[in-house]
Amino acid sequence: MALIIGGIGTTHVPAIGNAIAKGLQQDPYWRPFFAGFDYVHRWLAREKPDAVVVFYNDHGLNFFLDKMPTFAVGACNEYRNEDEGWGIPVSRAAMGDARLSWHIINELVTGEFDITMCQDMMIDHAVTIPLQLMYPSGDWPVKIVPISINTVQHPLPSPARCFNLGRAVGQAIESYAEPLKVAVMGTGGLSHQLDGERAGFINKDFDKLCMDDLAGNPQALTGYSIHELVELSGAQGVELLNWLAMRGAMRGEVTELHRNYHIPISNTAAATMVFGHRHAAKRQAA
Amino acid sequence: MSVSHHAIPGTTLFDGEQAQKGLALNRMCFSFNDPANRAAFLHDEDAYCAKYGLNAAQRAAVKERNVLKMIAAGGNIYYLAKLAGIFGLNVQDLGAQQTGSTVEAFKAKLAAAGG
Repeated sequence: MALIIGGIGTTHVPAIGNAIAKGLQQDPYWRPFFAGFDYVHRWLAREKPDAVVVFYNDHGLNFFLDKMPTFAVGACNEYRNEDEGWGIPVSRAAMGDARLSWHIINELVTGEFDITMCQDMMIDHAVTIPLQLMYPSGDWPVKIVPISINTVQHPLPSPARCFNLGRAVGQAIESYAEPLKVAVMGTGGLSHQLDGERAGFINKDFDKLCMDDLAGNPQALTGYSIHELVELSGAQGVELLNWLAMRGAMRGEVTELHRNYHIPISNTAAATMVFGHRHAAKRQAA
Repeated sequence: MSVSHHAIPGTTLFDGEQAQKGLALNRMCFSFNDPANRAAFLHDEDAYCAKYGLNAAQRAAVKERNVLKMIAAGGNIYYLAKLAGIFGLNVQDLGAQQTGSTVEAFKAKLAAAGG
């Protein structure tokens, strides 16, 4: 059976793509952020996941606002990136695991999560930048299952709903018959706001509270309304929903292994976290 | 019944009302994922905006390069950022414009938030 080996949370600010392309990792502005990935690289080298299930939000590459799924699951063996119109370099494609995708899709719909299934799906910087950060050599030795959550066009799914989506995805992964090692990932955030007179809003105290509660007390975060999240975390800080889905997927014992938090990267409070997950079934056997 | 909330200052939630109002403007901005469309916009901005059916408020806001007015006319910031990209502007430039500060002052405010 497949095992969930842990979770990764990371910011996905587009400017990171330019910094990577220009080789600015050691630049004083960027170093405090990129240094947070040294641990991630060691963890990946040790744990060697076969697949990564990525919770993220699309920013107008694959989905336009005319047809906006609340939750969408990719079911492809390859996911291309294309020009996003912001002057960031086009990324290489990522390999997918369509069989795992369809298993997750089947289990989700059986569990009454009526997701949109996508046999042709482009991934934007919210997936490609985290992969570039995880595997800086450019060799991505994992297959992905992208799961898009609408964080753009209100009404958005509630934090509790996204956490429960994660739980259902976690259950689906753990019922997959192949002996895969699977990591789950949530991208975006933390606090930031790009639009309006409140542009530039950052909330260090709330971000810290979120990071403190994610491992041991995620229920404290699922009680917020979307309106409260926008107020506390900024209009785009609601990308925390992706992190909550990632956390929800880990139903066993979860420990915080790593945290890096740096203000600012572009307009954003940048965070990188790694969580260890001890599988529920394994714990029973121990 | 929809739940009514207090307004969050300086924040326009991109909800159904905004989405409906801004569809033409956001559709035009979505087209800027294609470099040929970015070139076509630069070649003849009036014709390009007319092709996408922008209303008078949207056309005026685009002509003025005024982000707050584009948002008031239904623009979504992720899509407006694609328009800004045509002029080599990023979200920090947009943040400075919306808050009425210089880019340097806007960046300094962000850095100060790390305190």
